[in-house]
Amino acid sequence: MTRDWNPEAADAIVAAHLQLEGPLLPILHAIQEEFGYISEDAMRLIANRLNITRAEVYGVVSFYHDYRQQPSGRHVLKLCRAEACQSMGGEANAAKLLERLGVDWGGTTADGRLTVEPIYCLGLCACAPSAMLDDEVHGRLDADSLEALAMEAV
Amino acid sequence: MGLIHEIDYGTKASTSTKLVTLKIDGNSITVPEGTSVMRAATELGTQIPKLCATDMLDSYGSCRLCLVEIEGRAGTPASCTTPVAEGMVVHTQNAKLAKLRKGVMELYISDHPLDCLTCSANSDCELQDMAGAVGLREVRYGYEGENHLGATKDISNPYFQFDPSKCIVCSRCVRACEEVQGTFALTIEGSGFSSKVSPGISEEFFSSECVSCGACVQACPTATLMEKSVIEMGQPEHSAVTTCAYCGVGCSFKAEMRGEEVVRMVPYKDGKANHGHSCVKGRFAWGYATHRDRITKPMIRSKITDPWREVSWEEAINYAASEFKRIQAKHGKDSIGGITSSRCTNEETYLVQKLIRAGFGNNNVDTCARVCHSPTGYGLSKTFGTSAGTQDFDSVDESDAILVIGANPTDGHPVFASRMKKRLREGAKLIVVDPRRTDLVRSPHVNADYHLALKPGTNVAIVNALSHVIISEGLADEDFIRDQCDWNEYAEWADFILRPHNSPEAVEKLSGVPAETIRGAARLYATARNGAIYYGLGVTEHSQGTSTVLAIANLAMLTGNIGRKGVGVNPLRGQNNVQGSCDMGSFPHEFPGYRHVSGETVRQIYEQDWGVSLSAEPGLRIPNMLDAAMDGTFLGLYVQGEDIAQSDPDTKHIVGGLTAMECVVVQDLFLNETANYAHVFLPGCSFLEKDGTFTNAERRIQRVRKVMSPKNGYGDWEITQMLANAMGMEMHYNHPSEIMDEIARTTNSFAGVSYDALERLGSIQWPCNELAPEGTPIMHIGAFVRGQGQFVIADYVPTDEKTGPLFPLLLTTGRILSQYNVGAQTRRTENAKWHEEDLLEIHPHDAEVRGVKDGDWVKLASRAGETALRAKITDRVAPGVVYTTFHHPFTQANVITTDYSDWATNCPEYKVTAVQVSPSNGPTEWQTSYMAHSDASRRIAPIAAE
Repeated sequence: MTRDWNPEAADAIVAAHLQLEGPLLPILHAIQEEFGYISEDAMRLIANRLNITRAEVYGVVSFYHDYRQQPSGRHVLKLCRAEACQSMGGEANAAKLLERLGVDWGGTTADGRLTVEPIYCLGLCACAPSAMLDDEVHGRLDADSLEALAMEAV
Repeated sequence: MGLIHEIDYGTKASTSTKLVTLKIDGNSITVPEGTSVMRAATELGTQIPKLCATDMLDSYGSCRLCLVEIEGRAGTPASCTTPVAEGMVVHTQNAKLAKLRKGVMELYISDHPLDCLTCSANSDCELQDMAGAVGLREVRYGYEGENHLGATKDISNPYFQFDPSKCIVCSRCVRACEEVQGTFALTIEGSGFSSKVSPGISEEFFSSECVSCGACVQACPTATLMEKSVIEMGQPEHSAVTTCAYCGVGCSFKAEMRGEEVVRMVPYKDGKANHGHSCVKGRFAWGYATHRDRITKPMIRSKITDPWREVSWEEAINYAASEFKRIQAKHGKDSIGGITSSRCTNEETYLVQKLIRAGFGNNNVDTCARVCHSPTGYGLSKTFGTSAGTQDFDSVDESDAILVIGANPTDGHPVFASRMKKRLREGAKLIVVDPRRTDLVRSPHVNADYHLALKPGTNVAIVNALSHVIISEGLADEDFIRDQCDWNEYAEWADFILRPHNSPEAVEKLSGVPAETIRGAARLYATARNGAIYYGLGVTEHSQGTSTVLAIANLAMLTGNIGRKGVGVNPLRGQNNVQGSCDMGSFPHEFPGYRHVSGETVRQIYEQDWGVSLSAEPGLRIPNMLDAAMDGTFLGLYVQGEDIAQSDPDTKHIVGGLTAMECVVVQDLFLNETANYAHVFLPGCSFLEKDGTFTNAERRIQRVRKVMSPKNGYGDWEITQMLANAMGMEMHYNHPSEIMDEIARTTNSFAGVSYDALERLGSIQWPCNELAPEGTPIMHIGAFVRGQGQFVIADYVPTDEKTGPLFPLLLTTGRILSQYNVGAQTRRTENAKWHEEDLLEIHPHDAEVRGVKDGDWVKLASRAGETALRAKITDRVAPGVVYTTFHHPFTQANVITTDYSDWATNCPEYKVTAVQVSPSNGPTEWQTSYMAHSDASRRIAPIAAE
């Protein structure tokens, strides 16, 4: 479970990374880990502590798809949409699943349990179509096994 | 007369001394190593198409238009990121490159509106130019797909708009904000197709970290970032190079015009002070010149309680002259005087002092530098031999440790601050001595190594303690001292510095700065290869202002930080021509070139040239004039472009003095606060309406060029000339260049200066004479101007202005970026949006014990008076210190300041006033009654019907 925004906790996270050279990315990871997403408050706090502008922090946060600016569902399912997975029927599987869940790309189920996101290549082309549920990767999915995977989370 | 087009070389010049020869399209060229292929080509006159490259920025290589072929190398490298090499053979045009470039342009244009005819950048658009250059005839991709054409404009900034639908995401704006301005307010949001320029966290420009310097607007190759004035008026048709009339940085601008209307001011890349950069004031805040408050007809009145009566120039001038003559006839020739302006040109200032010395027959001339940098003049002249800073601005590029004392350049001298910040990002170390946590102490990408947050008024003790550490730890540059200073004098001074009361431990007690911080700062400055000192009014505007300047000069000599690039002692002058007004003989004891009036030889020079005999007695300083007015012996004053009633300390005293006078003549753009007490108002003209020169903080003389006819009918120099002639002192100059010729022939340090020379050289740093025909960027190389550098003992003496139970806090004053001085100009522009009123900064602790909340009205009282303003609670100030600006007349900040002043020069102690702060429910009685008087005295009588 992630916790609610807490500037003291965020401060402690930043402080723990300050000795690194180029601490911004690890700080953003840790903040997201802690709070589930990187809020505007968090960006302002990080900018202030690192003595950089909020524009710079925002540029980095918005550049990487893995940094989220809104809270996600409790679980996140990433479906690969890159060439290999597309050629192995990944798009059709995905369309079916999205319809079943009643969400669009990037959407979260009404019960807040699952967010489905696109990803462009998990590096699992040999076992396409592939997906990643939270931190765990899955290959050779078809419509049914993908749905089963999603249902684990819901 | 057309538009001045500056060549964009695409990438910066290389500073290498090693030369490389290559061939571009069959032509041979030799350039310094490290030059880009693009720049080398441009130097040959070959334009390689480009979009993301511009010579104000580091090369980036993203637009893919500047591809070239290089024999023996694979592929088509970007010419902006490829450095030249010996023997390289480059082809900039062939069928393959043409196809690649056309393909790239097609992609750009497939997501760009085709509204060139109605676009504000039409005829000044690099994208349009490049479409032409690559011969784009069609776009195969169509517009059906996803695009950005519907993106919404951001019009929040009062001076420019951001239209993302026209953006090609070349990042020039983002890079300009970082590299040129150093603010880092912009970023590219997202990635790939969704990339978009974003101020802050997808904010509007106005509320973001943007400081509105205009660097992004200038960098933009399309109409994405565009001046609103261009959108309204259209493209300019001609331009002239002139000099900004705001601060002492002296930025060079192209005034881009349509007929007699300014369309925009664009910083000039060839400007030696600013190298193509600008700030929100010079770039955008010029609208005051045509503001409706501007008075354009002369006016007179016999009593200050009467309404003004508009009269002809002849009547106004004759009235002023006859009053001055009447007063002199009755009360003697010393009963009148004048004040020159640091906002006017050198020629105008010279003329006013000439009128006073030769026409009035006394030396009662003073200038606003009295209240800012007079201690600089005195202190640096005594120690080094010249009343000016030692360096040019470019010097900071080679500084390794920078010591900033009592200056807030990011607000007061923003264009120089950008240079300094750039050097800091390159690794130079920084020490800030300031009671307040200024942006130089800590702001994005700037973090002072040491902040000596001293108690206001303890500068001398701190600087002496720095010297104490340096001597006692054996860090003095004894070779330099033996070589260039008097060793015995040094030894005597060193004895004094080593006394226990100058030790960091002793100074910690009175300044509040920990001894270890003082020691660290001293070691840093003394051991740096090049240590440079920059200081401002936080040094001079004290009862010990001169002592601090002396102590600073001692510190620089002690460490050998004088006489080369990267070092020096640099006063950051406040106003556009405060250096020039001092140079031009604005002080009561000095002729132009800082030569004492008692000197027989110099007096003879002027007596011969002017054909009159001159007084050898120094005249009255501003405070003495006001005292004498109260005593009834000084009754007539000619004030050119200066507002002593708002800017000078102890307003009540000033107002008393002015009220006691019988004829006050004010020459200004607006009915300023001093004009409330004037009998004759002579409408002045702005820098856009006259020819002349300004001299900036680095002694650089630069041309001011007339781009429109004076709205009031005459240049300020012509008005002074008319007054002189009416007084019986003949003046017949046809052009300011003739005045400069007179200055050159009577003042050796300007001997080589003429309008022709300025035309040829662009600008000249004085001294300029037979020894330095092209001027002097850095002074005291090899030897001091005065011969040997002089160590002068300057001991710390606490100010008489002390806190006590009734006035427990110390008030110090300063500036803010968007406003300038008393705000007469900037308040009459959109800059007011950034700073609508003066606020009192107070530490949370001091606020809490007084029950003051953020935004509350508070009463600010001192021994001199009281005023009211709103509070801003911030830890930028230390407990016990409060801070405000003086940009708004309603605040009347100078009702609070006392008439304590510098022991040597009378420079007022603005920076230390003991005060009390208490909750209040609105303006004080003085503010209300002052504003009522001010409103009443600005009445202009309607012209009677015939």
